[in-house]
Parts: sequence; C-alpha cells; structure tokens
Amino acid sequence: MTEKTTTRRTALTLCAAAGLAVASVNPAVAGGHGGVDLSGETVEYVIPFSESGGSARWANFFAPLLSEHLPGNPTVVVRYRPGAGSTSGANWFQEQTTDDGTLIFGTSGSTQFPYLLGDPRVRYEYKDWRVVLASGTGGVAYLPPELAGMMDGLDATPLADTDFIWGSQGATRLDLVANLGWEMLGMNVEPVFGIKGRGDGRLMFERGEANIDYQTSSAFLKSVQPMVEGGLAAPMMSWGALDADGNIVRDPTFPEMPSFKEVCEATPACETSGDAWEAWKAFFIAGFPAQKMIFLPGSASDDLVATYTQALNDIIARDDFAEMSAATLGVYPQMTDSGAKAAFTLATEVPDSAKAYVVEWLQDRYGVSLN
Amino acid sequence: MDLVATALPALGEAFALILQPQQLMYLAIGVLLGLSVGVFPGLGGIAGLSLVLPFMFGMDPVSGLALMVGLIAVVPTSDTFASVLLGIPGSTASQATVLDGFPLAKKGEAARALSAAFVSSLFGGLLGAIVLTGFILIARPIILAFGLPEMLMVTVLGLSMVAILAGRIPLKGVVAAGLGLMVGTIGEAPAGGSLRMSTYDMPYMMDGLSLVIVGLGIFAIPEIVALLRQDRAISKSGDLGKGWVDGLRDWFKNIWLSVKCSAIGVLVGVIPGLGGSVVDWIAYGFTVQSSKDKSQFGKGDIRGVIGPESSNNAKEGGGLVPTLIFGIPGSGSMAVFLGGIALLGYDAGPHMVRHNLDITYTIVWSLALANVIGAGLCILLSGQIARLTTIRFTLVAPFLFTIIAFAAFQSRQSLGDLVALMAVGALGIFLRRFEFSRPAFLIGFVLSAQAETFTNMANQIASSRFRRSFEEGMEYVASPIVLIILLLTVVSVIIGIRQGKQVLGRDDPPTGTKRAPLAFMLAVTFYVAFAWVNALQISYFGDKVFPVAVGTVTLIGCIVLLIRMIRAPETDSIFADMEKGDEDGSAPHGLWSTLAWFGFLLLLSSLLGFILALGIFLVTFLRMRAGATWTRTLILTAFGVGFMCFLGGVLGRDFPPGLLQEYIDLPWPLT
Repeated sequence: MTEKTTTRRTALTLCAAAGLAVASVNPAVAGGHGGVDLSGETVEYVIPFSESGGSARWANFFAPLLSEHLPGNPTVVVRYRPGAGSTSGANWFQEQTTDDGTLIFGTSGSTQFPYLLGDPRVRYEYKDWRVVLASGTGGVAYLPPELAGMMDGLDATPLADTDFIWGSQGATRLDLVANLGWEMLGMNVEPVFGIKGRGDGRLMFERGEANIDYQTSSAFLKSVQPMVEGGLAAPMMSWGALDADGNIVRDPTFPEMPSFKEVCEATPACETSGDAWEAWKAFFIAGFPAQKMIFLPGSASDDLVATYTQALNDIIARDDFAEMSAATLGVYPQMTDSGAKAAFTLATEVPDSAKAYVVEWLQDRYGVSLN
Repeated sequence: MDLVATALPALGEAFALILQPQQLMYLAIGVLLGLSVGVFPGLGGIAGLSLVLPFMFGMDPVSGLALMVGLIAVVPTSDTFASVLLGIPGSTASQATVLDGFPLAKKGEAARALSAAFVSSLFGGLLGAIVLTGFILIARPIILAFGLPEMLMVTVLGLSMVAILAGRIPLKGVVAAGLGLMVGTIGEAPAGGSLRMSTYDMPYMMDGLSLVIVGLGIFAIPEIVALLRQDRAISKSGDLGKGWVDGLRDWFKNIWLSVKCSAIGVLVGVIPGLGGSVVDWIAYGFTVQSSKDKSQFGKGDIRGVIGPESSNNAKEGGGLVPTLIFGIPGSGSMAVFLGGIALLGYDAGPHMVRHNLDITYTIVWSLALANVIGAGLCILLSGQIARLTTIRFTLVAPFLFTIIAFAAFQSRQSLGDLVALMAVGALGIFLRRFEFSRPAFLIGFVLSAQAETFTNMANQIASSRFRRSFEEGMEYVASPIVLIILLLTVVSVIIGIRQGKQVLGRDDPPTGTKRAPLAFMLAVTFYVAFAWVNALQISYFGDKVFPVAVGTVTLIGCIVLLIRMIRAPETDSIFADMEKGDEDGSAPHGLWSTLAWFGFLLLLSSLLGFILALGIFLVTFLRMRAGATWTRTLILTAFGVGFMCFLGGVLGRDFPPGLLQEYIDLPWPLT
C-alpha cells in the first residue's frame, strides 16, 4: 500500500511539474487572449468515438474545465461521431473549416494507427490540423505469479515454451504494440481477437482464460494493482516512457518496474536495434506517450491556438488539477504548446521502414491485409 | 454472519444519505429526464446520461448518483409507451413487448397493457435492487464462473427462442433467423477486420447496420404503413375497452410469471458481455413455453407483456453488479455511467464495493426509489396517454415518421442512416406480408455479432487447452454451467418445435397467386447466396467461418423452401400473402403509395436538410392525405417542427443535412 502511495505521489509531482514548466516557458501566450472572446458561443468538442469509451471519459473531463477557462466562458459540449474505428469522424473533421474557435476535435491512438499504417479508409491528414493538447499514458504487461516467477531475472527466455493466450481488440489496434513486443521476446502469444475493450481482456485474465495481459496505466493502478496485492497477478514490465531526448526509459508512474527495453536487452532473442525494434518503438510512441490529442481545424488562426493553449495551461496549473486528473486520466503529463507539438511530431511520423515492417508482419503473422 | 454485519449498517447509512430533500430532488429530476428520453425510440440511457454528464463534475456524489441512477432505472419503463401504443420498439430492451403489447392496443386495451407493463417493470426493478443488495458482496466468484463457453451457450439459448417464434412454417422461421444472422455480419468482422458485404468505397456499410435502425425498420415501419393505409385509429373500436385497473389485476394473476421473468432478467443482466439485448427475448420465449394456452400469443396476450417487462427492468439491477464489482460496463449506458462515477471522484471496482459500501448502496436505494416513482407516474399517466390510440392515425403518422427518422439518424448521423432505414423498412414490410417471422429475424440480427465473437474466441482458447491435454480441454468446454444451459436449450427447442405453430401464426392465412411470394423468396435466396460467395472470398479464416457456416445452413433452408413452393398448390399456407387478406387487401390506400410518403420525407431531407424537409412534408401530408384544414395543418406543422428543434437543441443533436447545405451555410437548426 505504501509503495502504491509513493508511486502515485511521485507521479503527481511530475505531472504538476510538467504543467508548471509548460506554463512558465511560454511568456508569449501568458498575456491576453489575443482578442478572442467566446462568450455566448457553444464550443463543440467532437470525438470520433461513442459515448462509452475512454476517449469519451477524457473529453468529458476536459469539457467543463475548458468552459470555465476559455475567455467568455462558452458552453462546451461533447459531440460523438463514432464509426469505422474513429476514421469516419476524422474524415469528417478534415473537411471542417470552422475557424472561430467553436469546434475542437479529440483523437486517440486508434485514430493514429490507421493513419500510420496507410489504411485505405483514411482520408485525413494530421499535419493539416493544429494541435493544442497532448495527453500521454503508459502500459503495463502482467502475468500470473507462477509464470512471472519463471523469468530469469529480466530474461524472458524461460517463457518461450509456454503457450500464452490473451484477449485483444484487433491486430491493427493499439494492441499491436503488445503483440509485437512479446513476439520480439521470443514468446508464443496467441491473441484472441474480438474483445470490445481492455476491461474485457482483464476479465479473461481473471477468469483464467487468458494467461497474459496488459492494461494502460490508470486501469492497471485501479484494477490490476489490487490483484497484484492479492497474489493473483504479477507485473512483467511497463512499456516504458519517453525522455526528453527520445530514449525509452522507465515509466515514472512505475519506477520499480523494468521497461520493455530493459527486458529486451536482457533477453538474448530480443534486440534493441534493427527493423523490429525501430518498428516497435515507432508504434509505441504513436500509441502511448501522445495517445490523445485535441486539435483545432487547420484554418484556425494563431490567436485562436494561443487562446486554447492559454486556457489549457490555466487548467493544468489549477491546484486541484493533479488530484482530479489522477482518477480520470491517470498520472501523466498533459502537454501544451511546444510540448504538444513535439509529442505530435513523434506520434504522427513513422519511418517508412518501420511502417513497411509492421504491414508485412501483420500480413505474415495474422493474415491481416491493409488493402 | 460477517457479511450481514457490514452490509446492514451501510444499507442504513445509505438510506439516510438518499433521504435528504436535495438528493430526493435530484433523483426525481433523473426520473423525469429518464422518462422523457425513454419515450423516444432510439434514444435511451446513453442519450440521457450524456445530457447530465457535463453537470456531474464537482457535484455531491450522492446527488450525482441519484440523478444518474434515477435516469437509467426508468428508461426501460417509459420506452414501453412506444412499444405498446405504436408498435415501435422503444429500445432494445422492449422489442419483445411489441409482439403482444401492440395487438392489445389495436384491440382497444392499451391502458390495460400499459399498466400491466408498468407494474411488471416496477416489480422487476425492485427485485433487481434487492438482488443487487446482497449479491454485490458475494457475486465475484459466480461472475468469474461465466467464461466464454458459458456466454456462448447463453447466446445459443437466446437463438433457440427462434424455435417458438418461428411461426406456422418452422422452415420459414429458420430462413428468417438465418437472414438476420447474415445481415448482422455485414461490415468489418470483429476478429480480423475483413470486410463483408461492404467496400472501403462505401464507408457507411463498414460498421454494419445499427440495432436501432433494424428494430425500427423491421417492426415500426411495416406496422405504421399498414395502419396508415386503414385511415382509422389504432384501436379498432376507436375507444378504450379496458382501463388501467384491469392491467394491475392481470399482473397480480400472473405474479409468478413476473417473479420468474424478473429472475431471468437479473441472471442474464449479471453476466457481463451479453448486454440487455437477449433478455426480453429469453423472457418472452419462456413466457410462451410455460403457458398452457398459447393460442393468443402474438395476437394480444397480456402475459406476453408481463414477461418481457418484468425482465427488462430487473436486468438494470443485475447489470449494475458486474459494472460495480469489476468496473466493466455491461452495456453502452453502463459505460457512460462509469464515466460519470469517475467524474464524481469514485472508481467503480472491488475497492469501491469494499471501502465505499454506503455510497455503493445509495445506488441500490436510488434504483429502488426511482422504479417506484417512475412506474407510479407511468401507471397514473397510462390511462390518459393510452387515448393516443383513439386518435385518427393519419394525424399521428407524420409525427411518427418524423420521430423514427430522427431516431435512426442518431445512430451514425449520416444520410446513410435514412437510406438504411428505408431499405430495412422495405424488407420488414415484405417479411410481414409473406409471414416470415420478424422476431426470428431480429433475434438472429441481435445475436449475430456476439455469437460469432464468442464462438471464435471460445474455439481458440479451447483448442489451446486441448493441445495441453484432453482433460483440460473438456473441463473448459463442458463445465457444469455449460451443460445446464445446453439442457435448457434442448428443452426450449423441443417445446418450440412442438408448440411453436400455435404462436404468431394466423389460423388460416390468406393466399393469392404464387408469383409474389416466390419472387420474394428468390430475392432472399439470391441475397444469401451472394453474401455466402462474398464470405468465401475472405482470406482470414476467423472472419470467414461464421458467415460461411450460417450462410450454408440458410441457403439450404432457402432451397428446400423454394422446392416446397414449386410443388405446393397455390392455396398452401406456404404462400401466405397478407395483401390478399381482409385487412390489408381491402385497405383504402395502397401499400406503395403509403410508403412513398415516407420516401418523400427522406428524399426531401437529402435535398433540403431535415428541418426544411419536415416542414414541407408535414404541410403536404396533412393537407393532401389527411385532408386537414389549413389552420389545423399549419398549427400541427409548427408544433412538429418546433418540437423537433426543441428536442435536437436540448439533446445537442444535429439534423441530417441535405444537398442544399453543401452549397449554402445555414444557421442551426437548418444546417
């Protein structure tokens, strides 16, 4: 219990620090609102998902805060445009030219992956849009304790002879990072596709139908940590986090857990260089450290971007922000301005070789074709 | 007992928490909102919760929970209005209510059906709350016992209800269910994402058809069109024969049925992953199977209302169990509810049940109180609202078209919704006309996705277990729960085949020439064959096996039926054709000209956008078809358009835009 509290406190501090840092290095914006006034307006905060997912939770967390901190206190409503795993909503946003600040759009890793993989449905171009916020997260892989005990320190080689099964949302979804990572470690993991959310995967693990799983950080803290304490699960590794120089380091939320990179280094079958590693790293970055972002349409003015940046900075700087966000968002940095831009670049650019590697791997391994 | 020692004080504390004026006020607001939203088909708990979610943040937890639970609890109560009075399934939870509720309304017994439904809802809701109270502390191992094979078996049990609902000719029921399953596979496959009966060039079809659209198209449109052709009130006699007191009496006579169906509702609701869509069908099937005299089912048997309505409110209590214990939502509205709880500063899960038991129990109390308030209000109102069935239907119909179109548009917010609704509506009209079981089709459609997913996943896990050892594999696929449900399924199919002929079939169907029924049968066969060939071409095995298997069975059914049709004489009941019957055959208005009015509304919408189209449609319809005076026409039109704008405005929904909006920017609501 104390360990958990420490973890949470460390992360909270980090989060608050990140917020303060962003707010202070940004004097140009810190002044007025550039003359933008949204009083009496209704801002539509569109997300390309249904009312029931994690993105809805994220958007509904920020909507009332934005309403409070935007100049003129506009009404902020969340609108849902689900369809085709978020590509149809993103295609819709691509065509929008509402540049008076009354339209913002929230994306997630599920919007990024089809874009990066060259999915034929994608008719949107991230680079046309203007990012104002990037929210990160992390992920933790875990095992039943007896299997975790088989590992030789950080070396995952002894796990090579076990048949692993886990519930996955789909080969081309965020779970790609897990599937590819475990395979690089030489593990034989069979994904059972078709679950609706990561919570269903956790339930399969609890029922003993699955014997490996991963959860994003907030879900891990909330739901798996009690299982760990009860001796029903043991963490294997976190995916890691990105430091300022673009290296993968330990996840600050789970400083006691090895990152995937460390496990990979300790396992002879796995290499931290070469095509597979580059591909994994690229898709990890696209899926986790910048998982959810808020955009203004491409036609939005610099003033407007500055206004939103200011409002978001104010939100992050609130005294109670860390506490509020911990429950809903997990304890991760919320990046604005240059931080958001850096995250955006990392999340939306994947080397062609990495992309080609993943596309071919999806075809060979799962028979999933992206044409 | 240790459990009782912890539970009782918490229960008392929770009671004190909820019985504050402020909390009760929020509960009442939630109930009123839930009732108002639930009345509209296609809008349910999700729409209502999204409405209050923005206010959750920073609210006192007990008030917030009271508001949300009050809202969720009564949606399956008030959606009964549309199911009974208009034949429109108000939500997935009350599809089965339509089967007997609407015929009762046509007999002029709407008030009776409504009050029986509401008191059943109330009873089911209370039972659900009671179960939730005790069960939440001990349910964990029971829920964990329901693995994929068990869930697959419950799905199969749901599918077995087709047997009792298949109608006079069982093979026709099989074809209808098979067609429903096949239509349910349209779009991106759940496992590998292969496309079935759709292409990347038509993004609309990639997500498949939504349940709301299929429910409205299969049940509501055929009934509305059929009624509109008659030009009279829904109630044949034009007034209300039996009042709401009779309904209460009916319920009391069937109280054991209500108890059993509530129990079914709780049980199915407790299993995460099944959702509420099977509950009412299983309850309805059970009601029919366990009744001695089956002759009136589908024609207006009050038990056909009491059964499903007892189960669908009980399901909400059951559904809260996994939601609160595991933090895993059992349905879309539960997912939004979890989001709301998070905004209140709590996290559903074992932690909350253990350490915030008083807060958890305020949910139970809210659920119980909301059911009492909601059902009480509805019973009081049912006598008045039932009068809707005595109004000339031609004046009601245009507003129903409006509401249906609006509801359908909520599913994807694209014009494709309206096109899909029209297409499914046409299919529904044919299924009704040629006496194919529409419930069978709907059961197939509803269960298609989960049948496929569970089969694939259970199969994958089972084969891995069998690789390890035979015993381990058998232990997995043949658990006691699986065997018990299997037994229930077999019993259900046997009873169904023996006695299903008495249900939902007319004694002596009208027949005409062979041509029309044969042409429709050929069209169905062609579609199934096409979908089957389409599925064969999928390369990913997991996405291919289900549609190919179901397609093969359905195709064989189609061919056997075709052979029987060619051999049988024209008067055989296989050629049932409602157009040749008394009611439809002698209707003053034609089928297609009536449907064309609806088509007219959709066409205008695609050109001018929904609101402008609606104005023109209402004026033309009321003047030309209903023959209303200009004053009346204008008042009703203003009311209709105004009401839609109000609804869209309050719920924050857009209206379908048309071609006009591509070129000109118009202010809301014309956008």
